[in-house]
Amino acid sequence: MFRCWLPTLLLASAATILGLSGSARAADQAADAAVPSQVLAAEQERIQAIERAVPTAVSVFVPGGAGGGSGVLISPDGYALTNFHVSSPAGSYMRCGLSDGNVYDAVIVGIDPVGDLALIRLLGRDDFPAAELADSDQLQAGDWCFVVGNPFLLSTNLQPSVTWGMLSGVHRYQYPSGTLLEYADCLQTDAAINPGNSGGPLYDASGRLIGIVGRASFEKRGRVNVGVGYAISINQAKNFLGYLKSGRIVDHATLGATVATDPDGGVRVSNILESSDAYRRGLRYNDEIVEVHGRAVQTANDVQNILGTLPKGWRIRLAYLRGSERREILVRLAGVHGEDELIEKMAGALPPPPPAPPAPREGEDEAPGEPAPPEAEEPQEDGKEADAPKGADGKPIPEAALAQLEERAGFANYHFNDQHQQRLIEQLRRTVPEVSQRPTAWTIRGTTTGATPAPVVIQVSDNQLRMTVGDQEVVQDSVAARFEAVDQRSAAALLPALEAWRRLLDVGPRRFGDVFYLGTAPLLGELPLRDVLVGTAGELEARWMVHPESGAAEAVELTADRARDPAELLIHYASAEGEAPGTPARLELRYGSDVVLDLKIDSWTTDSEAGQS
Amino acid sequence: MANRKWNRRVLPHPSLLTLAAWLLVLSGGFLLDSPTAAAQPPSRATVVREVQARVVKIYGAGGMAGLEAYQSGCIVSPQGHIATVWSYVLDVDPIVVLDDGRRFEAEIVGFEPSLELAVLKIDADSLPYFPVGERSGAAGGSGDAGSGAVPGAQVLAVSNLFSIAAGNEPASVMHGYIASEANLEARRGTFRTAYSGPVYVLDLVANNPGAAGGALVGLDGNLLGMLGKELRDERTGVWLNYAIPAGTLRGVIGDIVAGRTPSVAESTAEPLPANQAHSASGLGIVMIPNVLEKTPPFIDAVEENSPAAAAGLQPDDLILLAAGQRIEGQSALNELLRTKDRRDPVSVTVQRGSQVVTVTLRPR
Repeated sequence: MFRCWLPTLLLASAATILGLSGSARAADQAADAAVPSQVLAAEQERIQAIERAVPTAVSVFVPGGAGGGSGVLISPDGYALTNFHVSSPAGSYMRCGLSDGNVYDAVIVGIDPVGDLALIRLLGRDDFPAAELADSDQLQAGDWCFVVGNPFLLSTNLQPSVTWGMLSGVHRYQYPSGTLLEYADCLQTDAAINPGNSGGPLYDASGRLIGIVGRASFEKRGRVNVGVGYAISINQAKNFLGYLKSGRIVDHATLGATVATDPDGGVRVSNILESSDAYRRGLRYNDEIVEVHGRAVQTANDVQNILGTLPKGWRIRLAYLRGSERREILVRLAGVHGEDELIEKMAGALPPPPPAPPAPREGEDEAPGEPAPPEAEEPQEDGKEADAPKGADGKPIPEAALAQLEERAGFANYHFNDQHQQRLIEQLRRTVPEVSQRPTAWTIRGTTTGATPAPVVIQVSDNQLRMTVGDQEVVQDSVAARFEAVDQRSAAALLPALEAWRRLLDVGPRRFGDVFYLGTAPLLGELPLRDVLVGTAGELEARWMVHPESGAAEAVELTADRARDPAELLIHYASAEGEAPGTPARLELRYGSDVVLDLKIDSWTTDSEAGQS
Repeated sequence: MANRKWNRRVLPHPSLLTLAAWLLVLSGGFLLDSPTAAAQPPSRATVVREVQARVVKIYGAGGMAGLEAYQSGCIVSPQGHIATVWSYVLDVDPIVVLDDGRRFEAEIVGFEPSLELAVLKIDADSLPYFPVGERSGAAGGSGDAGSGAVPGAQVLAVSNLFSIAAGNEPASVMHGYIASEANLEARRGTFRTAYSGPVYVLDLVANNPGAAGGALVGLDGNLLGMLGKELRDERTGVWLNYAIPAGTLRGVIGDIVAGRTPSVAESTAEPLPANQAHSASGLGIVMIPNVLEKTPPFIDAVEENSPAAAAGLQPDDLILLAAGQRIEGQSALNELLRTKDRRDPVSVTVQRGSQVVTVTLRPR
């Protein structure tokens, strides 16, 4: 911006000198005429982009002054993205400054230690300024961009710094530093990035969010900008947003196979785990992978670049060549880490907690403009104050923040997971007929599709799981029978799948078994992303996939053994997009790519079980 | 006109033709008066992409003691001539990786110690290139490859700094301005470099590890200079960001590409009988003990009243070139001298501290 001004000022002063022998009006005209209109327009565009972006930038401060960084607001209800390495020294509670001059309390929501992302939530408003998320796959090297943030923690007056630059490279891959962090498919910029910019926004020239600044190449010149900074692409952040909102500690995806760039071009499978879903779908050693998740790949780096931006558990499309034959498969991605491994590694990657400074005198910690905390839900008893959760500064966390914090092993903040479980069960219950009394009993009548259609009757209730296809009858009266149906790839797994759905509706997530909200994932490799609940009961793990708008269950998956295909019940509705889902029109049961049962529904009745004979 | 030929041959894409046409408009001074240029200037992303395709990754010696084993280079002929900075990376035959991921073993065919310039050659053709050497000897200054490189000019620096790009990944692009044009000579002794000519001082952190040999271009993609190696002021600790102007390099690059300068690569001449050929001792040079496969050709002592003494060679001089050929090690020097008739004078280029000195040894 300054560069644009400079010529204007010089010309203006030149004009002033001329003005000694002419009129001030003539001088103005000279100045106006001398600056090309494109320059003035470009200047205005840049001013507008910065004005649009700056209010959404967040200065993150660890309570007690032990560090901090930057962040960016992405929704009016206060969700903001930052780096995991910025949020981690603060733990679950931090203080965030905006350019409006206010400091807000914020709580941790979810963390992605591998991708170095953290989702936090600023409290106290529902009308926060939020950045517009761009499509970072459309960017090219040479595009203008700018960084807003808190370098060297200079924003003590809460006015963030703006640094302008250019995209130096896109789709960059940066190897894991230490044990955990991996920057895949990231953006490289020469906009100045210094310590303290971490977690902050990288915007495009019009002020839309394209990345989360996280890392820079520092070498012999010390920890200052040398024109090489990296940002996590906003498209990667979008993939993880649903997972991060779940309040969990999330992991990245792996194919279960290694790949290598062929010296003659192309990327080939160099090793594959027989227990991986990719192997079960037919991928083998030496197959040439040509497309992953809709993007063409030519090198091993390309493949890792795409996988590194995807969350554990997603199911994506993959295309490969065997000889000249092109094959397309749907692959479930496993996690990079085992469940406990990630948490262990994370503990190792964290800096030691900073020493808590001595508590300042009463009243000193009140920042001007701080939002008043809402009324406390329960007054603290004096005796319990010593046990109250404390922030990084050793002082108690404010009540407003405590109300949105719930510790639980394996979660960053279980509060948000619980909220989503409640939201989803309410959505799911709205899509099915109301019942006067639970437990319910379902009676479904239909016809198999195919060459010889057979009538089907299904009864699902707490008391019985019974299915009649033609003249064959299946009754499952034990947990073992249900487990075996799934394990043996039997069509009878339709019964426990329906039962898992019915019972979740009846008893809700808290009483179903061990239930948590996974986040959002594609269904059969397709958008939109569906909400996913996971619950374990009777040795079977159930996954419910829920459409984000209609709230209808679209799939129920049952897993008996992780090394084998789960039973997948796909629930098809006749309703058009945007309509209420109504009664399912078709049920389909699959293992991998094999359809074992396809059923057209004729009637579906839901009764209170007590009313059944 | 060489430039037109280039347009037809290696720029098949219509938008590239537009770019080339635009470059012609800019470079031909007579056309500048005509505002009726039909074509719109290409987008910045297009220019960047075209420049990236002309910048290569070079891998060679290093990888220890804080010495990076990589640098950058600029393609300067369609037949695979690559201009880069002379450095320890070239102590072994380097590997060149093109923007499209193709990988080549390269030969060092040109070496100009006073410019710290090396020219490599790979076995390829129809490559996109910077026509920096093509105007050598042309009359008139307009349309210089370095034209437009005035202080305040907006520039892009394209290089594989920090070896961020690998395989077919494009080089990194940075932006900034030329801050000034100045002689490095004024700072001799402060910066440890053999080059003492003019440089463009840049306001961007262009000269990072691995950036040496990268391209400095204008917003139109025209080559303005080549990024130099990292230089740090020994007293203040300040790092210099600079590029060597294309105009300074043009003549040497042009002569090498056109074959007017013989290759510095090892010659295949037959050795002469020992009593008819030159030798180090015969010239009055005592080399350091030859204990390695490639012992650096340092002079240990100079005999009095010898051709070497008469030419002013000194102990600790490092021999870079002899009889126009690059000297990789002491054995290479001995082998080369065996091919030269002892009655003929021999030119020798040595590095003395940060100076490069060329002398002629005249047999008595």
